[in-house]
Amino acid sequence: MRRHAVKPAFVPKAAAAAAAVLIALVYAGAGTEARQAPQPGAGRGQQPPAPAAPAPQGRGGRGAAPAPAADAEVHTLFVQGNIYMLVGAGGNITVQIGDDGVLLVDTGLAQNAEKVVAAVRTLTNKPIRYIINTHVHPDHVGGNEAIGRLGSTIAGGNVGAGAGVGAGILAHENVLNRMSAPTGQQAPFPTTAWPTDTYITKQKELFFNGEALQIIHQPSAHTDGDSIVYFRKSDVISAGDLFVTTTFPFVDQARGGNITGIIAALNNMLDIAIPKAMQEGGTYIIPGHGRLTDEADLLEYRDMITIIRDRIQDGVKRGQTLEQVKAGKPTLDYDARWGATSGFWTTDQFIEAVYKDLSKAKK
Amino acid sequence: MAHKTSTTFVRASLVALLAGAVPVLAQGPPAATIGTDLSGEWAPRFHEDQPERIPGPDIGDYLGIPLNAAARLHADSWDASILTLPEHQCKPHPADYSPRGPANLRIWREFDGPSQQLIAIHTHISWQQPERTIWMDGRPHPPEYAAHTWQGFSTGKWDGDMLTVTTTHLKMGWIRRNGIPRSDKAVLTEHFTRHGEYLTLISVIDDPVYLTEPFVRTTNWALDPHQQIAPYPCQYVVEINREQGYVPHHLPGTNTFLGEFAAKFGLPLEPTRGGAETTYPEFASKMKDMTPAKAAGK
Repeated sequence: MRRHAVKPAFVPKAAAAAAAVLIALVYAGAGTEARQAPQPGAGRGQQPPAPAAPAPQGRGGRGAAPAPAADAEVHTLFVQGNIYMLVGAGGNITVQIGDDGVLLVDTGLAQNAEKVVAAVRTLTNKPIRYIINTHVHPDHVGGNEAIGRLGSTIAGGNVGAGAGVGAGILAHENVLNRMSAPTGQQAPFPTTAWPTDTYITKQKELFFNGEALQIIHQPSAHTDGDSIVYFRKSDVISAGDLFVTTTFPFVDQARGGNITGIIAALNNMLDIAIPKAMQEGGTYIIPGHGRLTDEADLLEYRDMITIIRDRIQDGVKRGQTLEQVKAGKPTLDYDARWGATSGFWTTDQFIEAVYKDLSKAKK
Repeated sequence: MAHKTSTTFVRASLVALLAGAVPVLAQGPPAATIGTDLSGEWAPRFHEDQPERIPGPDIGDYLGIPLNAAARLHADSWDASILTLPEHQCKPHPADYSPRGPANLRIWREFDGPSQQLIAIHTHISWQQPERTIWMDGRPHPPEYAAHTWQGFSTGKWDGDMLTVTTTHLKMGWIRRNGIPRSDKAVLTEHFTRHGEYLTLISVIDDPVYLTEPFVRTTNWALDPHQQIAPYPCQYVVEINREQGYVPHHLPGTNTFLGEFAAKFGLPLEPTRGGAETTYPEFASKMKDMTPAKAAGK
């Protein structure tokens, strides 16, 4: 397990005060990213939009995120192989279970950690060995501390007794950079929540519960620290927020996100996924938010984002201003399904982010 | 509530006894009615909407569909070349469209052995061999976070001899094979009726994303006991070697094919653009004041 010299990449200048606000919100459970666009024609089983929380400012926060209901339920859905999906704790959580123990991809919001553990305990009494974080947002790493503390990784040899206390927490190094802070500064997350087992290469490999896992970095996408996790034997991809079924993708530019990287990540997942038959089943994909999916769902999402990107790119190439691009309604055919006019991540914000990225690329 | 249940039970039993159709047990609840048997091999009839269903719709033909501006833009942007992408090649028709294509249909029933209760009705259709299970045992639909499929999740009930089916959890699909979309939020309601050797399906799509009104279609089959449905394997291939991530589509305002359908049939452009207004008879009188489209260059 490596200990890293922590770089201050996460903390922009003059952000200390804003950081305190965000930290307070995170630990109060309000600084979340549990985005839910208003759903057209709220049908059977759909969750109503959550109430909005006050807007955290600074530190790369993109404004208010709808706070989850205090009585949020955590639901368990069997996917296939060794894999389950937990829904309702914030971001979706992937649970891998086997003889070696439990591995979680993401941990939800901090305040839902007990419910997550309770849900896992309905599946197995095996210890939680590993947590893998797909990215840094609080609705995906919020439970690291509480859940990780209950786990125990397998350690020994020269590192001595006590090294196995707590689950091992893995992520791309940029996640650690953003969750920690240089000595003397206040880190946004406690040290026990940090992913101290990090990687800086294209991917990290792991063999656990009888199957190979590929933890694959997707550079500059939703953030600058995104990983997808591919369970090769179970044939399940845990996508983090690179793919959601609830909104247009959140491009967290303040944390190194970029629309080009998101599209690249969607294409990379399409390359991994193989349908069983008639473009259905086979590889399943657990999105960061929303329902369980397969390649066909991912494909529709990739097509949509690519088409919108191309429309905005066309406007940029023709020298249109942001307002002119917006007036052209480049998302019109998708707005009722994916868009939002209020809340944490609006359609306007999405268009602005794409326009900004593509305008930078043009220069 | 107990009184009501009891009354219902007595009434159902009396009806069943009078009809002589369903044996009533002395113990336990009454057997659920099983309606008419729709089982068999059914050959599709294409007298209705044949040009759209078999040769395929023209680009820009949105006639008779209560679509909204979002659906219109989606269809205007659609490029048939997208079907050359490997991931698009083996998509089956979803439950709402499958009966419209080459749709040799098989229907069979599944019973619980000990109780002889009807559990499900199954269907198999020839093109891309989609199979559906229509649950008849009263089970609920899955939660929203469950996976969506091409055929969705279907439950059925009998309204007399008419089977009414409600389907949710559909993947995003299409209403017409020229880019008119149907969202994954849509609900499909179907009514199957059998008249001797003919089967009629009335389907109703409610789509809060792409339709302003329910979209209703009818489709027919004739009983064909000699029908043999061939297997329909599908293996996708790279037809055109493109760079990763290429998605064929038309940028807004650049699709030059959209007017061809109106010109081909001498129609004004307006009705071909679809919308709820164009589905009502009164619209025909408005068309008198519209100018027929001309083919490009004429």
